[in-house]
Amino acid sequence: CLLFLFFFQSLNMGRGTRKRDEDSGTEVGEGTDEWSQSKTTVRPPDQLELTDAELKEEFTRILTANNPHAPQNIVRYSFKEGTYKLIGFVNQLAVHFSQVGNLIPKDSDEGRRQNYRDEMAAGSQESVKVVLSDTENLEEDEEPKEAEAEAEAEAEAETGSQIDVPTVEAVETVPEEELMTPRQPKERKLTNKFNFSERASQTFNNLLRDRDCQMEPPPRTNFSATANQWEIYDAYMEELEKQEKTKEKEKAKTPVAKKSGKMAMRKLTSMESQSDDITKVTQAAKIVERMVNQNTYDDVAQDFKYYEDAADEYRDQEGTLLPLWKFQNDKAKHLAVTALCWNPKYKDLFAVGHGSYDFMKQSRGMLLLYSMKNPSFPEYTFSSDSGIMCLDMHMDHPYLVVVGHYDGNVAIYNLKKPQTQPSFRSTAKSGKHTDPVWQVKWEKYDDMDHNLNFFSVSSDGRIVSWTLVKSELVHTDVIKLKVEGSTTEVPEGLQLHTVGCGTAFDFHKEINYMFLVGTEEGKIYKCSKSYSSQFLDTYDAHNMAVDAVTWNPYHAKVFMSCSSDWTVKIWDHTIKTPMFIYDLNSAVGDVAWSPYSSTVFAAVTTDGKAHVFDLAVNKYEAICNQPVVAKKKNKITHVQFNPIYPIIIIGDDRGHVTCLKLSPNLRKMPKEKKGQEVQKGPAVEIAKLDKLLNLVREVKT
Amino acid sequence: MTAEVEETLKRIQSHKGVIGTMVVNAEGIPIRTTLDNSTTVQYAGLLHQLTVKAKSTVRDIDPQNDLTFLRIRSKKHEIMVAPDKEYLLIVIQNPCE
Repeated sequence: CLLFLFFFQSLNMGRGTRKRDEDSGTEVGEGTDEWSQSKTTVRPPDQLELTDAELKEEFTRILTANNPHAPQNIVRYSFKEGTYKLIGFVNQLAVHFSQVGNLIPKDSDEGRRQNYRDEMAAGSQESVKVVLSDTENLEEDEEPKEAEAEAEAEAEAETGSQIDVPTVEAVETVPEEELMTPRQPKERKLTNKFNFSERASQTFNNLLRDRDCQMEPPPRTNFSATANQWEIYDAYMEELEKQEKTKEKEKAKTPVAKKSGKMAMRKLTSMESQSDDITKVTQAAKIVERMVNQNTYDDVAQDFKYYEDAADEYRDQEGTLLPLWKFQNDKAKHLAVTALCWNPKYKDLFAVGHGSYDFMKQSRGMLLLYSMKNPSFPEYTFSSDSGIMCLDMHMDHPYLVVVGHYDGNVAIYNLKKPQTQPSFRSTAKSGKHTDPVWQVKWEKYDDMDHNLNFFSVSSDGRIVSWTLVKSELVHTDVIKLKVEGSTTEVPEGLQLHTVGCGTAFDFHKEINYMFLVGTEEGKIYKCSKSYSSQFLDTYDAHNMAVDAVTWNPYHAKVFMSCSSDWTVKIWDHTIKTPMFIYDLNSAVGDVAWSPYSSTVFAAVTTDGKAHVFDLAVNKYEAICNQPVVAKKKNKITHVQFNPIYPIIIIGDDRGHVTCLKLSPNLRKMPKEKKGQEVQKGPAVEIAKLDKLLNLVREVKT
Repeated sequence: MTAEVEETLKRIQSHKGVIGTMVVNAEGIPIRTTLDNSTTVQYAGLLHQLTVKAKSTVRDIDPQNDLTFLRIRSKKHEIMVAPDKEYLLIVIQNPCE
C-alpha cells in the first residue's frame, strides 16, 4: 500500500506539470510511450556484432539469493579457541537504493495523531472544502479525468492538507467569496517542499528625529606666545634639573634621612613665607646703592681712575696726595682708627678697626669693612665691648678677620656668617692676654694639620700663637719678652725680671721661623719661633715705644721701624745699626712699604701729616710732605697702601678714613731709555735697594 | 634680614639726588614706592615692559647670558633698574644735583 501511494504521488506530479506545458488533454499512457521509444535507438559503439545464431544461443543462469559481492573469507579471532576462525555466515542483503520518504503510514502513531487532528479541524473547514470543489468544477471541462483521478486520490489518501496547487489557487480566489461566506479560522498547514511559501512584508519605519540642545560654552581663552631661543633653553634646563633631582632622590632612599630632609625643607619654606617679600631685593638693593654712590661721587671715581696731577711734571721730585673718598660712620664717630687692613682678595675692600689709644677713655670697639664702591656706608659692621687695637685678614681665607682687643682678648670674625658676634673668641681661661693686644697677624702657612694659625703680641710681654682647632682657639706662648740687664735686685735676694712690652711684630717674608718684635722700651728683637728663651738679635732701635715694624716686601734683609720718638729707621737685619734714620718732627704713628717699589714707603705722624719717601729719588728727605686731615688736633694713626691701585688709606683718631691718590712723582719708575727695555720685577727692585744700601755700608766701613 | 634691606632702601632714598625708589613685582605692579601714585604706576608699567624686552633681547642672543642691570641715562635723570628674580628695584636719581 505504501509503495503504491508513492508511485501515485509522483505520477500525479508529472501530470500536473505537463498540463501546463502542453495545455492539451492526453492519455496517461502517452508519456510512457515516448520514453520507451528513445531507448531503442542508442547503441554503444563498442558493442559486439553478433550473428543470429550467437544471439539465439541460450545461457542458462540460475538466480540465487547470494550477493555476488559479499566477501566469503572473513575471519574473526575466537578467544575461546585462541585461533582465527572463518566466518561462514555473510549478510547477503544488498541495498541498491534507499530514500527516506515523508509519507507517514496511516496506522502508525504519527498517522493516527494527524488523522485525529484533521477530524477536529474538519468541521470548521467544510465550507472551504465546498469552495475547493467549486473551483475544481470550473476546470472539469478541460480535465475531467484529472479531476476524477484527483478525487480518487483524495478519497484514497485523505491528506487534503497536502494538495498544493489547487490550494494556492483557492487562496487566490477566496477574496471573491469572502463576502458571502463568513470567514472561518484557517487551519494551519504543515509546510513541506511543495506547499511552502515565503512571504515578506515591510513594516512601517519609525521616523528619524534629530534632537539638539545647546549647553553653556566652556570657558575659552586665547593663548599665544613666541618661543624664543632662551625659552626653549630654559625649558630644557628645567627638565634636566628635574631629572637630576629624581636621580638624587633615588640615591638617597634612606627613609630617615628623607624625613629629616623634608622637615628641614618645611622649616625653610615656612621661614621664607614668614619673611617679608622685600628681602628678595637684597642683592639688587646693594647694587643700586653702589650705583647711586657712583653717581654722586662720580667726580671722585673719575679722579681715582684717570686723574694724574699735571703739575708733577713741573715739580722736580715732589709729589702730592690727592684726597679721594672719606669713609666715616656715625656709629664709630668718637672712636679712633686703630687698625687698617686691605682685603687680600677684593682689592676695593678694607677693614677698619675702631678703638681708642687714650687709656683714660676706653669704651667700645667697632670693626667696619668698607668698599671703595660704596664710600657712604660700610659693607659689614661688627661692634664689640672692648676697643679693637689691631686686626688682620687671612691671605687664603679673605673672609676671616682676626682682631685684638684692648682687654687682651683676640677674636675671629667670619664675614660669611651673618652674625654680629665673633666666630671664635679667647677667654680668660684660654690664655688671653692681660694687657692690650697690639698686633695680630695670620701666619702664612697653616700648621701640619692644616689648622689656621695666628700670632698676637701684647704689652704683657707674651707672644702667643693661636691655632683654630675645630671650634676652639688653642694658644701656645711662643716667647716671653724680658728686658735684658734690667733685672732689679730686690732686698730679699730674688731676681725680678721686668717684663718687656711688645707693641708690634712682623713675620719675615721668606724665612718662616723668623720674626721681629718691637717693644715699648724701644728695642726690637729678632726672634725665632723655635727658641722661646732667647732672641736671635736685639736692636737698640728707639728711645720710645716702637709703633710699627715691617719687612720690606722685596728685599729679604731690610726692615723698617717707626716710633713715637719722631723717627723712622730702616735696617739691614744683619747689621745692628740702622741704615737710614729720618726725623719727622712728630711722633710717627705708622709706616708702610709700598707694594710697587722696594724704595717707596709712607709714614704718618700725629701732627696730621703724611710723608712719602722714595729712597731712589731722595734718600735724605720725603718727596711728599702733606697735611691730610682737616684739623691740626686730629692725629693720624695708621696708613696702608692698596695692593694694586696707587692709593693709600689713612686713619685718624676721629674715626675717619681718608683715601688718597699718589701723584705720578710718588710712584716714579726708572726712566725709560731709548732702545733699552725697562726691566721690571722683584730682582730689579732688590738691586735698586741694594745699591742704596751699599752706599751706606761703604760709609760705615 | 628684612631690617637690613629696609635700611639699605632707606639709605638709598636719603642719598643725595635720589628722586624715588620703587619695588615692582613680576607683573609690573608696584608694591613699594616713595613717589606719588600716578608717577609710580607710569614708571612701573613702562619700565617693567622695557626690562622684560631687554632681558629677552639679551637672552635671545645667548640663552646662557642674562640681564643683570639696566641703567638708563637721560637728560634729566638716571633710571637704574635692578631685575631680581621676582622683583624689580627701580631708582631714579638726578646725578647732577
